[in-house]
Amino acid sequence: MKYEVVIGLEVHCQLSTNTKIFCGCATTFGNPPNSQTCPICLGHPGVLPVLNRKVVEYAVMAGLATRSTISSPNVFSRKHYFYPDLPKGYQISQFDKPICEHGTIEIVVDGTPKRIGLTRIHMEEDAGKNLHEGLGDVSHVDLNRAGVPLLEMVSEPDLRSPEEAVAYLKKIRTLVIYLGICDANMEQGNLRCDANISLRPVGREKFGTKVEMKNMNSFRFLKQALEYEIKRQAKVLDEGGTIVQETRLWDTKRGVTESMRSKEEAHDYRYMPEPDLLPVVVERAWIDAIRQNMPELPDAKRERFVADFGLSEYDADVLTVSRELADYYEAAVAAFSGDPKTTCNWVMGELAAKLNETGTPIEQCPMTAAQLAGIVQAIHSGEISGKIAKTVFGEMYGTGKDAAQVIREQGLVQVSDSGAIDAMIQSVMAANPDKVADYRGGKDKLFGFFVGQVMKASQGQANPQMVNERLKALLAG
Amino acid sequence: MTIQRDEVLKIARLARLELTDAELASLGDDLNKILAYVEQLSALDTTGVPSLEHAAEAGDTWRDDVSRPSLPRERGLAVAPAVADGCFQVPKIIE
Amino acid sequence: MEPHSWTIHEARERLDNGRITATGLTRSVLARIEAVEPRVAAFNTVCADMALEQAAAADRRLQAGERGGLLGIPLALKDNMITQGVATTCSSRILKNFVPPADGAMAARFKEQGAINLGKTNLDEFAMGSSTENSATQITRNPWNLERAPGGSSGGAAACVAADMALAALGSDTGGSIRQPAALCGVVGLKPTYGRVSRYGLVAFASSLDQIGPITKDVADAAIVLGAIAGRDPLDATSSARPVPDYSRGLKDGIKGLRIGVPREYFIDGMDAPVADAVRAAIDTLKGLGATVREISLPHTRYAVATYYLVATAEASSNLGRYDGVRYGHRAMDARDLLEMYMATRDQGFGPEVKRRIMLGTYALSAGYYDAYYKKAQQARTLILKDFTDAFGQVDVIATPTSPTGAFRLGERTADPLQMYLSDIFTISINLAGLPGMSQPCGVDGNGMPVGLQLIGKAFDEATMLRAGWAFEQATAFHKAKPSL
Repeated sequence: MKYEVVIGLEVHCQLSTNTKIFCGCATTFGNPPNSQTCPICLGHPGVLPVLNRKVVEYAVMAGLATRSTISSPNVFSRKHYFYPDLPKGYQISQFDKPICEHGTIEIVVDGTPKRIGLTRIHMEEDAGKNLHEGLGDVSHVDLNRAGVPLLEMVSEPDLRSPEEAVAYLKKIRTLVIYLGICDANMEQGNLRCDANISLRPVGREKFGTKVEMKNMNSFRFLKQALEYEIKRQAKVLDEGGTIVQETRLWDTKRGVTESMRSKEEAHDYRYMPEPDLLPVVVERAWIDAIRQNMPELPDAKRERFVADFGLSEYDADVLTVSRELADYYEAAVAAFSGDPKTTCNWVMGELAAKLNETGTPIEQCPMTAAQLAGIVQAIHSGEISGKIAKTVFGEMYGTGKDAAQVIREQGLVQVSDSGAIDAMIQSVMAANPDKVADYRGGKDKLFGFFVGQVMKASQGQANPQMVNERLKALLAG
Repeated sequence: MTIQRDEVLKIARLARLELTDAELASLGDDLNKILAYVEQLSALDTTGVPSLEHAAEAGDTWRDDVSRPSLPRERGLAVAPAVADGCFQVPKIIE
Repeated sequence: MEPHSWTIHEARERLDNGRITATGLTRSVLARIEAVEPRVAAFNTVCADMALEQAAAADRRLQAGERGGLLGIPLALKDNMITQGVATTCSSRILKNFVPPADGAMAARFKEQGAINLGKTNLDEFAMGSSTENSATQITRNPWNLERAPGGSSGGAAACVAADMALAALGSDTGGSIRQPAALCGVVGLKPTYGRVSRYGLVAFASSLDQIGPITKDVADAAIVLGAIAGRDPLDATSSARPVPDYSRGLKDGIKGLRIGVPREYFIDGMDAPVADAVRAAIDTLKGLGATVREISLPHTRYAVATYYLVATAEASSNLGRYDGVRYGHRAMDARDLLEMYMATRDQGFGPEVKRRIMLGTYALSAGYYDAYYKKAQQARTLILKDFTDAFGQVDVIATPTSPTGAFRLGERTADPLQMYLSDIFTISINLAGLPGMSQPCGVDGNGMPVGLQLIGKAFDEATMLRAGWAFEQATAFHKAKPSL
């Protein structure tokens, strides 16, 4: 039978705040176990949570970026379960009154745009880490991560293929990076993804039984896991079986999804409003202030690059893939606004190649945007040729020198003085009287030889256009 | 409404309380007595009455995102029943 | 009079005048503890050495010219308030050896103000109870009659103040746990408005009801201690930013024209007659001082006990989830796997009343029952609060008995938990509504045991309540009576 795939994603973004959501402990990744803990995040008796204002701000930013409704007041709730990495016996999360609802995220797959519904975004605290490997019959608990702020973004079941799911996750990643609210490093677990997936016969309205999938912490794993699960479910259905509602884990090594040992009891989280935290009031003025300070989002930026700088959709798309790259480009155009297209070519061409070759991220680029603009300006003014410019770029990169300095020091200024060019042409003609005669006798092909000789004599600095013009004139006699 | 032994057991498990048979029986009796008493609430008409979920006055009660020193790790671990490699140690967790 | 029997304001004057040192005062109180504590058993921990060090430090501050507040005053903390370096057990096996690595708000304030911490007083385990008999450490006795209970859950605090083993103590009140033992031990107990005093460092029982307050020898002292502990704490999001008035200043302004309400629902069948008589007489005294008295109605009072036991147990079941044997406290060491460790740890660590409440609370929050129990109770709570709001449209203060009876015999009520719950009937509505309430001695019952008058104030209007209480005290001598030990 032919099935339609129905996928919804739950994405957890670890926020890049300085401190945890409910206490003043730092959130630095990779420090010794339990070195970033205090009585509050250890869940000691008598401690209380106090909400980090920045977390609300970041949640509002995510809400605005996804055209969500911002709820005020929104409410924290306790979600109860016992696990060693959960110090209080409950996670402080949001339940029936999350901060953001009814958002949308636009994705493009195969050139077709599609809107994916975002059911909700809510704030919560991360759990710590249980360590098992190589420990025999014990486990260890590291609570450095306990209390690190998370945004959970839950989509509607609007995704219809693994490709759409990947595009959606990528879009979230780009968004949170743009907003500067999450480092989105999937290997470090900054961005985590669970999926709900079900199949239904094409044409049927009712959803099939869904399976929850966990541990798909890269774009590749997400795609592979969903593809595997689609095949698995289709096979079960084709054979007349029924899908069991369960949680399955993606085994990255074996490339299969596996049922998590059926929990001994059904989850009963016993949600209740968190009495230690007041309802979170997000006033209009605050939302407006956050909106004012929000960076431009990728979609808007792309459109503006096309409109303002005359770039192609493709170029604008590449430049806006990351906020840092787009910022670099804009800084370069701000430094020299005469030729945005050439600036774009340089950013995406020579500079990107160099960064790629040295494995340097754009934000650590040793050449400032103004310096790169200096090259474009020198080309635009005719001071140097495009070819010389590459030499200039090579000299500048990594030395911190400006274009003007390199051009001056190396004497790379293009010679555009007709007298000087005439003198060079005349000495070349004088050195090659027979070739002059041949040319004048009709051997037009020799023109290239003369251009080459003159450029050589000028050490490449003669303005090629002028050399052409003057050569034609002087050879004609 | 009375709750049966099975349900008492289920709640005890949810609350991570191991109960002896005697405890199960007496707690079951107590719970049923108390539940019978609180049953009178069902006579109270609360249609349209909001929940009083938060007892405190509304107000700005945020923290700024400024870090404070954590507890020195050895002091956090000193009160733990079992510790190894800077971690809290527990019996093997089976995922 | 021995220094240990002084009130705070009496000691204050002498400390500030240099007629006694904090060390001298502390020695007197420690000697009293040594003499009577073996019979009363109010303390889980006495910190004699630490107290003397703190007294020496207070003396240096006094010598440097510092005056007033709690400087040099020996006080006790209920053993559910976190104290760095001093065991904080909540009278529970599960926290038997727990020594907190940092101070809570009250311990920190004591140090800041130079108060002396004598030790930690006994309570019903995790403050769950009305007799202090649910303690895993010891049975505290009522100083007025050692065969009787001191009330609870702050039974140790009330008993130690009544027995002059501290000038005052801090208790916590979730459903009457300051006021009821204060009434039963013949001292003053004040539960402030919810949010008036920081809960940071108070081991949570029911977070939306818990509040710390003073247990003192008279109303003037209650005003002093409240002023010293009240105010916004950045570590407690539910603490109020309202400015703290000088509670002592307005005490003597008199109560001419003060409107006092007496709720008809608070004089019930089955109430001990001498208790009712003592409270009615007290109300007459207030009238004689110029107050006007009128009957009011708090119609939802009859739902208060049911509401309270659903809300409080639900929150308790949540708050007690952290005692899992992983990071601190008791752990069952012979468990084979994680689940067994959790279940055995909590089974061994918690006493029967705590288990009962965890079970009830877990049930009230569990799937399918939330709306019928927890949500319903929170709605009832709104109606209970509205009763008070309506009443306070007509009156300034409400006067009631604190407890339907005087101190009962030890063991008398332990068999029937529901009966014990019902004895909280006069105090719990005040917690549900978040209002301030104070109990003060107003007579004796048929057994010669103290009876408490409860005054209830408007939210954040402790001052008016204190003024009425002080006026009553000036006109009577009940607060001066001392048990013979």
